[in-house]
Amino acid sequence: MNNTPGKIRIATTSLAGCFGCHMSILDIDEKIIDLVELVEFDRTPLTDIKEIGECDIGIIEGAVANSENVEVLQEFRKHCKTVVAIGACALNGGIPAMRNHYSLEECLKESYVDGMGLDKPLIPSDPELPMILNEVHPVQDVVKVDYVLPGCPPTADMIWDALTALIEGREPSFSLDEVRYD
Amino acid sequence: MPTFTLDQQTIEYNPGDTIMEAASRAGIYIPHLCYHPEFTPHGSCRVCVVSVNGRYVSSCTTPASENLDVTNISEAVQQHRKQLLEMLFVEGNHVCPACEKSGACTLQSVAEFCGMLSPTFSFQYPNRPVDASHPDYMLDYNRCINCELCVRASRDVDGKSIFGLSGRGHEAHLVVNSEDGLLGSSNFDKNDRAASICPVGVILPKHQGFNKPIGKRLFDETPINEQMVEPQR
Repeated sequence: MNNTPGKIRIATTSLAGCFGCHMSILDIDEKIIDLVELVEFDRTPLTDIKEIGECDIGIIEGAVANSENVEVLQEFRKHCKTVVAIGACALNGGIPAMRNHYSLEECLKESYVDGMGLDKPLIPSDPELPMILNEVHPVQDVVKVDYVLPGCPPTADMIWDALTALIEGREPSFSLDEVRYD
Repeated sequence: MPTFTLDQQTIEYNPGDTIMEAASRAGIYIPHLCYHPEFTPHGSCRVCVVSVNGRYVSSCTTPASENLDVTNISEAVQQHRKQLLEMLFVEGNHVCPACEKSGACTLQSVAEFCGMLSPTFSFQYPNRPVDASHPDYMLDYNRCINCELCVRASRDVDGKSIFGLSGRGHEAHLVVNSEDGLLGSSNFDKNDRAASICPVGVILPKHQGFNKPIGKRLFDETPINEQMVEPQR
């Protein structure tokens, strides 16, 4: 995909998330037609582009739970002028970070050794697999974040308000009833 | 009646009132966590901070007096509150999407009101096991903010002194007054005042999790600042 002059370039990714935030992006419904007039999507699950190019806005869903998450996040920071972290997992670790109360060994054993209905208990160790971090981290632990959108997920309206503000060069601001953490 | 000024408004007060009491009576919301009209002010959460003649004080413990010039809602005051709230969020495990109290939680609602989008401090992810020993109630210490409302309710209303804070400073934490420290071994009862006082999701009734759908919860339709009276929990 070539860069179209005058269009804002956006990349998105889901790290340790459930893709709920991406579903919420799609929840802007027909406004997505207005959006594609203004923006062009770079690396995102919506385009299936694998390598990120130079972008204006990078949207991060999900927490940082493995070495691939770290790499992707650092790539986004390097290539995006503005990084926006969205959703509870990206902001505070969310549900994935609830494993931080247990050691990584305990988590792996519970899933792959002692879990119910396992045919051949075995902790995966293929070198192709990303290394799992000892603790799940919010995005702000790894890179500088420019803007945050709370919520699980943030509403489509909040994402739309923030995106249009950034595209128009305004500071995003939210009304009292837009801000919620669940 | 004597008066003082709060955000350019003239507020009447009765001698002996705190700033918080006079403001509440006038229908003005000052964000707070550990203050509750039924109990002696505690002054520990500091979220009810206001600027009085240029000095920051807690409004729940500062007596109202003639000619005070109080600022409740300003960017500077809200910024102080936000920082206090951020610290509370990172010191515990406040996973709103997974919490039964979400939507009816005072900590959550106050933080949203004060404009906190997300904590900027490092999360500490403390390890605090859940106490599910009682047949009717559970204790999820992950969400405790040490407000001592349950301590005061159990001591002053129920006459049981089931709850207390132990440890100092950062080590301070809620404990149960029973031989093994478990709620199930105490004489805690579901009809105690302490059972319905927790502003966050620590003291929770069992067998009714998530019984109110999103949209119907305490603060869903009416935000906390519009619920002038202390909400029924």
